[in-house]
Amino acid sequence: MLRSAISAALIGAAVGSVLAGGVLFAGAQTPVPAAVAVGIDNFTFNPQTVTVKAGTTVTWTNKDDIPHGIAVTNNAFKRSQALDTDDSFAFTFTTPGTYQYFCYIHPHMTGTIVVEAATGSNTTQ
Amino acid sequence: MSDRDDGVNRRKVLECMTWVGTGVLWTIAGGVPHSLGIMGEAVAEEAKGLTFLQISDSHMGFDKPANPNARGTLEEAVGKIIALPQKPAFMIHTGDISHLSKVSEFDDADRIISQTRLDVHYVPGEHDFLDPEQKLYRDRYGAGTKGAGWYSFDSNGVHFIGLVNVVDLKAGGLGNLGNDQLEWLEADVKDRSASTPIVVFAHIPLWTVYPEWGWGTQDGAQALTYLKKFGSVTVLNGHIHQVMQKVEGNVTFHTARSTAFPQPAPGAAPSPGPMKVEDDKLRTMLGTASITFKQNEKQLAIIDTPLKS
Repeated sequence: MLRSAISAALIGAAVGSVLAGGVLFAGAQTPVPAAVAVGIDNFTFNPQTVTVKAGTTVTWTNKDDIPHGIAVTNNAFKRSQALDTDDSFAFTFTTPGTYQYFCYIHPHMTGTIVVEAATGSNTTQ
Repeated sequence: MSDRDDGVNRRKVLECMTWVGTGVLWTIAGGVPHSLGIMGEAVAEEAKGLTFLQISDSHMGFDKPANPNARGTLEEAVGKIIALPQKPAFMIHTGDISHLSKVSEFDDADRIISQTRLDVHYVPGEHDFLDPEQKLYRDRYGAGTKGAGWYSFDSNGVHFIGLVNVVDLKAGGLGNLGNDQLEWLEADVKDRSASTPIVVFAHIPLWTVYPEWGWGTQDGAQALTYLKKFGSVTVLNGHIHQVMQKVEGNVTFHTARSTAFPQPAPGAAPSPGPMKVEDDKLRTMLGTASITFKQNEKQLAIIDTPLKS
């Protein structure tokens, strides 16, 4: 579990770094890994709760004039670097479950990612 | 400020104080810190005893519209400190030295603040623990401290306690001291005489200012129970980038301005983010504080001084 989470974090970071290159917009066909964006505006995660299929990459982007950081309460991934304005952090959720996360700089900011089992395709992990 | 006969009437003293901008000049008189008002004037009048400065929330590296030049306004604040007619004994910095915990930001802060030629006692803000290994702050400022950087020292009969409430923050929570630090605090003050004036300083307010914005410390009340026996406790904080004060029994709470950017009053905006104001108003909302303590008087005087009045 821990190892898969770490590898997922690495994949997530890689995906995040090439998002601008078009992965997010690669088309809507079923085989393409799903991607979901969460904005950070006015010290709020938007949307605050997101439900996704396993294998989905969630990308947070900070739109505030102050840095924020993403940490998950169950330590499924290592906390993000501090996100300055317009910086992003991505993580690919491979394991179904409910993930509570928060801004480790402003912990009153909280959000939830619900990961459901992927259907119709085999997940390898 | 006429009721200096004894300390019972601290509330009155506080009422007659004026709160202005930039730095708070703190005076400790016989036990209770009170601010002296605007730095220049106040220092001249109440120069005896112990006077120290509070500077806070430098946010080196901040360059957003609320203040594209946070380095310049820190330099201005330092220039005012250098120009003070009476040299303060030392300075406390209540955290958020840097904006993103970059080496260059800490370097800038050190270079500018050291021009005051004052000893500076630091506590960290949450912006000072953003480097991946969370070690830059401790490497620079942590010598002789415990845990994430808490410590105490004595000066002129006053016991100063620097606390850290910005690490290991919990989802949905406020500032956090943690059990290790609380135990240390209890032991640190246990054998001290109740007549010892106490000054506690930390980044996030120890009392609950506005929980909706995270402006408070979840175990701050626990820390204060250890200080109940003392006749004079002054709590100095930063974090909220505005002057706010509360007096509760023997405890005076006070927050200092930032030198970098203002933040809105609680609930006055959708979020506590940096507040953009008219250019000519910015310097009235930034500043430092001065605190003076006088033997045989009960009050510490706190003077908040803006960069521009």
